[in-house]
Amino acid sequence: MATVKFTYALKKFFSGLKDTATGAGTLSEILNEMDTSFPGIRSYIVDEQGSLRKHVNIFIDGRLINDRITLRDSFSEDSEIYIIQALSGG
Amino acid sequence: MQPTVLLGTRKGFIAWRFSNNRWQVENLSFEGSPVSIAYADARTGTWWACLDHGHWGVKLHRSNDRGNTWEEVAAPAYPEGEEIKEGIPATTRYIWAMANGGKNFHSRLWIGTDPGGLFMSEDAGNSFQLVESLWNHPTRKEGWFGGGRDQPGIHSIVVDPRNENRIHIGISCAGVFETIDAGKTWEIRNKGMRAEFLPNPDAETGYDPHILVAAPTNPDILWQQNHCGIFRSIDAGRNWMDVGQADGPANFGFAITVADDNADQAWVAPANSDMTRTAVKGALCICRTDDGGKSWKAFRNGLPQENCFDIVYRHALASSGDALMFGTTTGNLFFSPDRGENWQVLNNYLPMVYSVQFAG
Repeated sequence: MATVKFTYALKKFFSGLKDTATGAGTLSEILNEMDTSFPGIRSYIVDEQGSLRKHVNIFIDGRLINDRITLRDSFSEDSEIYIIQALSGG
Repeated sequence: MQPTVLLGTRKGFIAWRFSNNRWQVENLSFEGSPVSIAYADARTGTWWACLDHGHWGVKLHRSNDRGNTWEEVAAPAYPEGEEIKEGIPATTRYIWAMANGGKNFHSRLWIGTDPGGLFMSEDAGNSFQLVESLWNHPTRKEGWFGGGRDQPGIHSIVVDPRNENRIHIGISCAGVFETIDAGKTWEIRNKGMRAEFLPNPDAETGYDPHILVAAPTNPDILWQQNHCGIFRSIDAGRNWMDVGQADGPANFGFAITVADDNADQAWVAPANSDMTRTAVKGALCICRTDDGGKSWKAFRNGLPQENCFDIVYRHALASSGDALMFGTTTGNLFFSPDRGENWQVLNNYLPMVYSVQFAG
C-alpha cells in the first residue's frame, strides 16, 4: 500500500494527522479517504473545483506531480506520497 | 458606544474591550493567519472569522463564547463547473463582506466574495449557497472586473432594516446593485456615479464603490467612498451625487462610516490619489461632514502629521455613538471619543488592519 505523509503545517489544523497507508488508486481518492477520517481536510489541499491549491505541492516518490488540475498522476503500491505547503508569503 | 471592537488583521483576529475606562485586548485568535473580516452578528453575539490562509484557502470559523473556542464551518464554495470567465474556474478567493439577514430572518447570513459571488445561508451559517441570479447576471462576465483585487469582489452588503429582503451590494468593479426580493432579481444602481478609469465613463457597470453604507436612521440615504470621489444618494441608490471635495482632502480613500443618529453626519479617511495610495502629504486626518456632504472638516488632533504612510482600508473605519475607531495599513489603531475631533493611539505595532467593527 502507498503511504501518505503530511506537512507539519497541516497538523496544526488536524492534530491526529499521521503517516497513513492507503489502498486508494488515485490522488483524488486518497483525498476523499482522508476527508472521511479528518472532515474538511480535502478543502485545505484542493479547491472546490478539485484543483490543487496554488501554494500546496504533492510529491510522489520525490517527484512533484504534473497534473495540478485533475490530480491524475499515477503511483505504485509502494509509493510515498508527500503533501506539503509551498514556501511562500511572509 | 458599544464596548467591544473586533479587528481582522493580516496576522490574526483581535478583540478589544473597553472596561475601567480603558481599551484592552480581550482575545487573540488565529495568530499568524490573515483575517479578511472579523464580524460580530449583533442578533446572536456570534463572532465570525473569515480566514485567508495563504496555503490552505479561505476558511470560515465561528465562536459563541467571545473567541474562547471556535468551530470551523464550510466556507462558501462555488458549484462544480462554474467559471469566472471562459476557462477560468470559479473558486472562493477571498471573503470580503459579511452581513446578517436581519431580525425577521434569524438564520439568514450573507457573504460577499472575490471573484464576485454573493452567498446566502438560511441555516445560521452551517452552509452557504451561491446566489445564482446575481452570478448569472448578464453584465457579470463582460462588465465586471478586478479593482483592489485581481477579480471582481463584493465588499459591501447593506440590508434594509425596514424590509430585510431589500439589499444593496457594492462590487469592485461593477458598482451598486439592489434586490428587493432577497436576491431573486437585481437592479443596477449606478446613475450619477463616475468611472474616470473607463474608456466609457457612462458605462452601465464597471464602477468602483470602495465601500457602501446606509444611514441607520434613514436607510434610503446611502453613502459610498468611491474610487472617483465620495457619493451620496437620498433615494436608495437611484441617483448618486458626488459630495466630495474636488481639491481634497475628502475625496479619494477607501473607508466611510455614518453616524448612528444622524444621516447627514459621516466620516472618511482620506488617502492620496490612486497613484500612490499613501497618507495625504505624509499626514493622517479624518474628515467629517455634518451636513450631508455639503462641507467637510478635517480633524488631525492626535493623529501623525509627518512621515506617515498609513492609509485606512475599506472596512477599517467604524463608528458607534460618539466613538470612532480605525486601523491602518501599517498597524496603527486610533480611537476617538468625540466624533472624530480628537484621537488617541491604542496601538502602534499591530499587523496590517483589514477590518474594524464595534460590537456588544
